[in-house]
Amino acid sequence: MKLLGFIIVCLVGGFLLYGTGELPDWGDPQSPASLHLSNDYIEHAVEETQVPNLVTAVLADYRGFDTMFETAVVFCAGLACFLLLRDFRPRKDHYYRHVPTGVVLHFKDNSKRLTVGKEFEDMDKEWVPSDTVIKTVCRMLIPFIQIYALYVVAHGDFSPGGGFQGGVIFGSSLILLAISYNLKTLVKRVSEKVLSILAALGVLIYVGIGAIAMLMGGNFLDYSKLAPLIPIDPGHIRAIGMLGVEIGVGITVMAVMVIIYINIVSEGRHEEGL
Amino acid sequence: MADFLALIVAKYNYWLYIILMMIGLYAMVAKNNLIKKLVGMNIFQTAIILFYVSIGYKTEGTIPIIQNAHGGHGGHGAIIHAADYINPLPHVLMLTAIVVSVATFGVAMALCVRIYQRYQTLEEDELRMRLSEK
Repeated sequence: MKLLGFIIVCLVGGFLLYGTGELPDWGDPQSPASLHLSNDYIEHAVEETQVPNLVTAVLADYRGFDTMFETAVVFCAGLACFLLLRDFRPRKDHYYRHVPTGVVLHFKDNSKRLTVGKEFEDMDKEWVPSDTVIKTVCRMLIPFIQIYALYVVAHGDFSPGGGFQGGVIFGSSLILLAISYNLKTLVKRVSEKVLSILAALGVLIYVGIGAIAMLMGGNFLDYSKLAPLIPIDPGHIRAIGMLGVEIGVGITVMAVMVIIYINIVSEGRHEEGL
Repeated sequence: MADFLALIVAKYNYWLYIILMMIGLYAMVAKNNLIKKLVGMNIFQTAIILFYVSIGYKTEGTIPIIQNAHGGHGGHGAIIHAADYINPLPHVLMLTAIVVSVATFGVAMALCVRIYQRYQTLEEDELRMRLSEK
């Protein structure tokens, strides 16, 4: 099987390498990809959309419909992870730690519980105390990562960035919290319910902006029709519409990244795990 | 020989992407472990992303963000030459493709976790044996 695979790979690679002779040289300004549509985007995007970042202009305006469904794909991936893995069965054993002494109590009987408070804390079977250095460094870093994520989303029109990138950065800051402390800390701060609502809300914002444009008498996602609703220079209305759409994308991507992480590392039980 | 080397130098981005893609394809075809197959799939996707981004490149072109866009307001600013900016379209396509690939990778990992919970293995031959036992 390995030999057969190697032969197939060599054959396919050989054919592809043979085919590169017909492809344009690297960095050739006259390559077919750069001759037709892209020149039109580069030359007219600024006067048509008032957004200097062409990637955002093409992503959220010219190809806005496509990006809407990409966001829906990300949402569906989060939903699929949830449906595949989430396990609502109650735990059999309970572990409690007496905070002042560090003694761990193990309850095998499911009906008996301790009230979790200052004296006792709920914990996992494979609990190890987090390292102080890691905890402190992450606690200092996480707010800056989140501010940076918001900056990336908000400046998507003018500098490299946008909803997808900012959402991933924000989601990874939450994942860092789960890694450095434990999963329960994250779930306590950002509950599963909030994450699910946020994931759906992002798609809803995107579709909603499109639908409002349609209600105002334009085409779906025609941001220029939003001008009567927002008291701002009508020249920049498309940039504002794109910002709204990017915020929707960012919220969905952030929530879905965290949902996927939580479900995979804890096998859907949301308590133990990394 | 010199001609051949010149050909490689002029098109080395395609060589790189094909080599990466073949590494990914080999991992997907020949490896026995499902996680290794997934890693191969991710390498394959990365190769495609490299291919797309590299065809958007223009020598002496800069990133597709128009400078001084609001300097001459109302379209009276300097004329924008398409040759000065690299092609934004592949970047847009790959931007969404990267995030979607992460999301689909998450779904694939979730499926692997379910398979492991049920069969206690991720090796393909053992899985096939377990399935034929029933």
